[in-house]
Amino acid sequence: MSEPLVMGIETSCDETGVGIVRGHDLLADAIASSVEEQARFGGVVPEVASRAHLEAMVPTVQRALDEAGVALDDLDGIAVTAGPGLAGALMVGVAAAKAYSLATDVPLYGVNHLSAHIAVDTLENGPIPEPAIGLLVSGGHSTIMMVEDLAGKVTQLGASIDDAAGEAFDKVARLLGLPFPGGPHIDRHARDGDRAFVEFPRGLTAPKDMERHRYDFSFSGLKTAVARWIETQKAEGRDIPVDDVAAAFQEAVCDVLTRKAILAAKEHGVETLLLGGGVAANSRLRGLAEERAEKAGLILRYPRPKLCTDNGAMVAALGSHLVSAKVAPSQMTFPANSSMDVEVVSLADKLA
Amino acid sequence: MKVLVVDTATSAVQAAIVEVDGDELFLQAFRREIDPRGHVERLTPFIEACLAESGRGEVDAVVAGTGPGPYTGLRVGMVTAAAFADGAGVPVYGVCSLDGIGGNTLGRALVATDARRKEIYWAVYDSGAREGDPQVCKPAELPETGADYAIGEGAAMYADLLPVEAETTPVYPDLVKLAELAAPRIRSGAPSEHLTPLYLRRPDAKPVRA
Ligand SMILES: [Zn+2]
Repeated sequence: MSEPLVMGIETSCDETGVGIVRGHDLLADAIASSVEEQARFGGVVPEVASRAHLEAMVPTVQRALDEAGVALDDLDGIAVTAGPGLAGALMVGVAAAKAYSLATDVPLYGVNHLSAHIAVDTLENGPIPEPAIGLLVSGGHSTIMMVEDLAGKVTQLGASIDDAAGEAFDKVARLLGLPFPGGPHIDRHARDGDRAFVEFPRGLTAPKDMERHRYDFSFSGLKTAVARWIETQKAEGRDIPVDDVAAAFQEAVCDVLTRKAILAAKEHGVETLLLGGGVAANSRLRGLAEERAEKAGLILRYPRPKLCTDNGAMVAALGSHLVSAKVAPSQMTFPANSSMDVEVVSLADKLA
Repeated sequence: MKVLVVDTATSAVQAAIVEVDGDELFLQAFRREIDPRGHVERLTPFIEACLAESGRGEVDAVVAGTGPGPYTGLRVGMVTAAAFADGAGVPVYGVCSLDGIGGNTLGRALVATDARRKEIYWAVYDSGAREGDPQVCKPAELPETGADYAIGEGAAMYADLLPVEAETTPVYPDLVKLAELAAPRIRSGAPSEHLTPLYLRRPDAKPVRA
């Protein structure tokens, strides 16, 4: 077989994504998003997302096939996010992928969303040196991953024990009167703000926490601290300097994320650090990671912002890697698993 | 013509292959399991088994029950039908799932399925023909329907609360009936349909700003 042609389907949150790759080449990345609808509710409403996935599923597959100029019968694999994510949303993608696979006789791969966030980097920067440390940050996850073998052994070193970093961005944006999703707005305002304006707390960095939660994160205390600070200022009749608060908050998040990821790489003797997830599009996270990786002598890799957010391309990229690595396809009976363990890269051998 | 029929509007996960031969319909293969949480695991394997059992020949059309039904399971059946049809390059047609029960009834029948949250989806059938659109409400709040009896999973569950006598054995949408109701479209090769579930309820969410 030449380079495998793989379609990836992603429906773990509010984007219906269908990507098509050949080997490491991205041929199509079609996305239908319910984010505008979700914005009316100030966050992702699972039922709204699931309804939108059903509406968008087949048209988005067709759009991706057209864009790539290929037919379903040409595919060597169909990969789909089996978890983690919103249960009802995942089920739409998993059911569709199974049906496409059965109708076309193309092998099916149920894959892990987090591993797919790592795999997407291959589309931009080629094969991933193993081992590598992945820092995945989005509205749904804040995870430090150890990638020993992208086709088989991916483990979690740490994760947020409460809010995901992206959630904190959304909540603080709301406090500052900025629209949902908050990430891009905070990033933009922070550019004109003073990062050292207020020293907001860095969760789980105290010596005692570094013993028990060495690579874990906590962002709910930070969000509360920002809320309290704003309340106090308002009570004293002061205006809220949006740019400065955005910059100081963003600094607290990016500081702790990069600090712990670099620490994980150093302590595990790993030379490559990968960024992924929607928050990896944040300019300060990239900047700070670059600065610190260079200082630590690490190679930093991240794909362009559009590939960082949830999309079908990342699922296709992981699928392509699994096909190349000759991993056995998944059984038709695999479930959608909303709390899927990061160690299950492909459902092929673990859950079926 | 070989037709794949699926329905997941009730706790029954169902798939069948029905042969539509002129005015006659034959059930060639059938799988059903009562498993309200098992739609995504069971449905495609059921279809696979039905295809294997029904032997040679490609599927010519797909028919899906479009509810009303509990959304998560219902969507699994509908997206499976739509994706299978798209993958096979054949048309897909939707039929109201309640018609798969009511279409087989005689006299005046109240068809009721379980809508969760202590409610039922319902419609009234006169000699097998539905009167009006399906509705959702609490069993005790059902308006006067003039029905002689009630039938369906919801009727069996809430027999005590319904104003008419209910059949206590749950009845699920009949896939051959769903195929029969879609048969004019199948035979004439009507264009494929964009399937939208009969939700009957809005999502539980309030806009943050008016
Ligand atoms: Zn993600």
